[in-house]
Amino acid sequence: MEKRFIYADNAATTAVSEEVLNAMLPHFRTAYGNASSIYKLGRDAQRDIEDAREKVAKALGADPKEIFFTSCGSESDNWAIKGMAEVQEKRGKKHIITSVFEHHAVLHTCEYLEKKGFEVTYIKVNDKGLIDPEDVRNAIREDTALVTIMYANNEIGTIQPIDEIAAICKEKKVIFHTDAVQAVGHVEIDVHKQGIDMLSLSGHKIHAQKGIGVLYIRKGLTLPNLIHGGGQERNKRAGTENVPAIVGLGVAIEAATKNIAEKAAIITPRRNRLIDGMLKLPYTRLNGDRDKRLPGNLNISFEGIEGESLLLMLDLNGICASSGSACTSGSLDPSHVLLSIGLKHEVAHGSLRLSIEEDVTDEDVDYILEVIPKVVERLRSMSPVWEKMMKGEKYA
Amino acid sequence: MMYSEKVLDHFSNPRNVGEIEDADGVGEIGNAKCGDIMKMYLKIDKGIITDAKFKTFGCGAAVATSSMATELIKGKSIDDALKLTNQAVVEALDGLPAVKIHCSVLAEQAVRSALSDYYTRQGIDPLPIVGEIKEPEE
Repeated sequence: MEKRFIYADNAATTAVSEEVLNAMLPHFRTAYGNASSIYKLGRDAQRDIEDAREKVAKALGADPKEIFFTSCGSESDNWAIKGMAEVQEKRGKKHIITSVFEHHAVLHTCEYLEKKGFEVTYIKVNDKGLIDPEDVRNAIREDTALVTIMYANNEIGTIQPIDEIAAICKEKKVIFHTDAVQAVGHVEIDVHKQGIDMLSLSGHKIHAQKGIGVLYIRKGLTLPNLIHGGGQERNKRAGTENVPAIVGLGVAIEAATKNIAEKAAIITPRRNRLIDGMLKLPYTRLNGDRDKRLPGNLNISFEGIEGESLLLMLDLNGICASSGSACTSGSLDPSHVLLSIGLKHEVAHGSLRLSIEEDVTDEDVDYILEVIPKVVERLRSMSPVWEKMMKGEKYA
Repeated sequence: MMYSEKVLDHFSNPRNVGEIEDADGVGEIGNAKCGDIMKMYLKIDKGIITDAKFKTFGCGAAVATSSMATELIKGKSIDDALKLTNQAVVEALDGLPAVKIHCSVLAEQAVRSALSDYYTRQGIDPLPIVGEIKEPEE
């Protein structure tokens, strides 16, 4: 078996695509003007930014005036949630609804607001990693300032019933924000049709560079200015625009959203083959609903082994992947997402996330399915937990 | 997070993995909930550790520290093994990331736990010799 290099961690980040890079390059050395400058070099930069804004708007079914460039998905989440909280607080609304398995950019922002006197309801998810929209309805109160629910989960890839949640929020006249960082480019999104009030996205998950994000803010909503200074981003977020990154994002989102169904048709069977192949091993489980999940995502727990060891072994075999183990989360607790769907700590420690795109070929899938059983078997053979499991002894 | 070459070496080619069927002392430390368990087996002859083996459930650093700890005590006297500190394990591995230092403590305690078991089997109270075994905090 010849060693391969397989990048299977696209949910962490993606490579900048060639067409994105080519679109960006002129903006470093030749078309480097400040978009606020009056001369042609500056006007050209302004035009290119507005072109990119139009592309983003089109990809999301929004109006260009509703698109604001930020530096990342986390910034967009922070702005949407803290900004809306500030607005609503003045109206006496100090209650926020979110879910237990949001990205930390949302969870930690909500925790910050709790310290500032807000009350936060954390909607539970079921064992498949899905939110029941009726739980959102039941959580809405007179003083609910905002509902923020992720579009697709970053670890287990489950796609949430966003249309239903948005409809409930509209009916109850509550603002609805969604962190769509993992969803954009993988599921069809139309913010106007779906009734989404605010949406966060990130460039580097869709083959643009790191350091560029977007917050869509529906017309009619006003958030406090995020950065005070010049008049960039309609006075909302001052600071000289990162023209190359913005231009790159425009190209990236156009490419990512033009053939979603075709991409899914290629990726899904390969992903399913990986799932079925891995589930053949004993004491494994798929985390998250099998069907309502992002096409390239799979998340499997291998009992008796620990995730970081698994990742290091896969790395030795040229496979880049991710895990929800405590060792990779930097704390003693494994992933809050895996715990939220009811996994025991010791099972969550042994989780593996792969997030593949079309470049992972059928041959790559064969290779992964050859490597995984060997690596899992090796780690289990040296695991005292596995030994106890096999003897039927208690181990946790 | 950066692992040293030595940590990666001891992770990918761990020394002394396995069990000793007729071990004279067996120690286990940690719990699966926290994500680290080390089990250590010692063969002891006339106060000398003639063989040491381990099984570990845990991260790369947990495997590497177990491997290094067994290497450091093999062929040594019990007295020397009792002097093994987690710092010695860390130094022998050319360092560990700060968040992984607890793994070296586990390795140190796994050795002490196995020695404690050895004394218990000999009918000797291990506490005055080995001291308290520190379980990791949950």
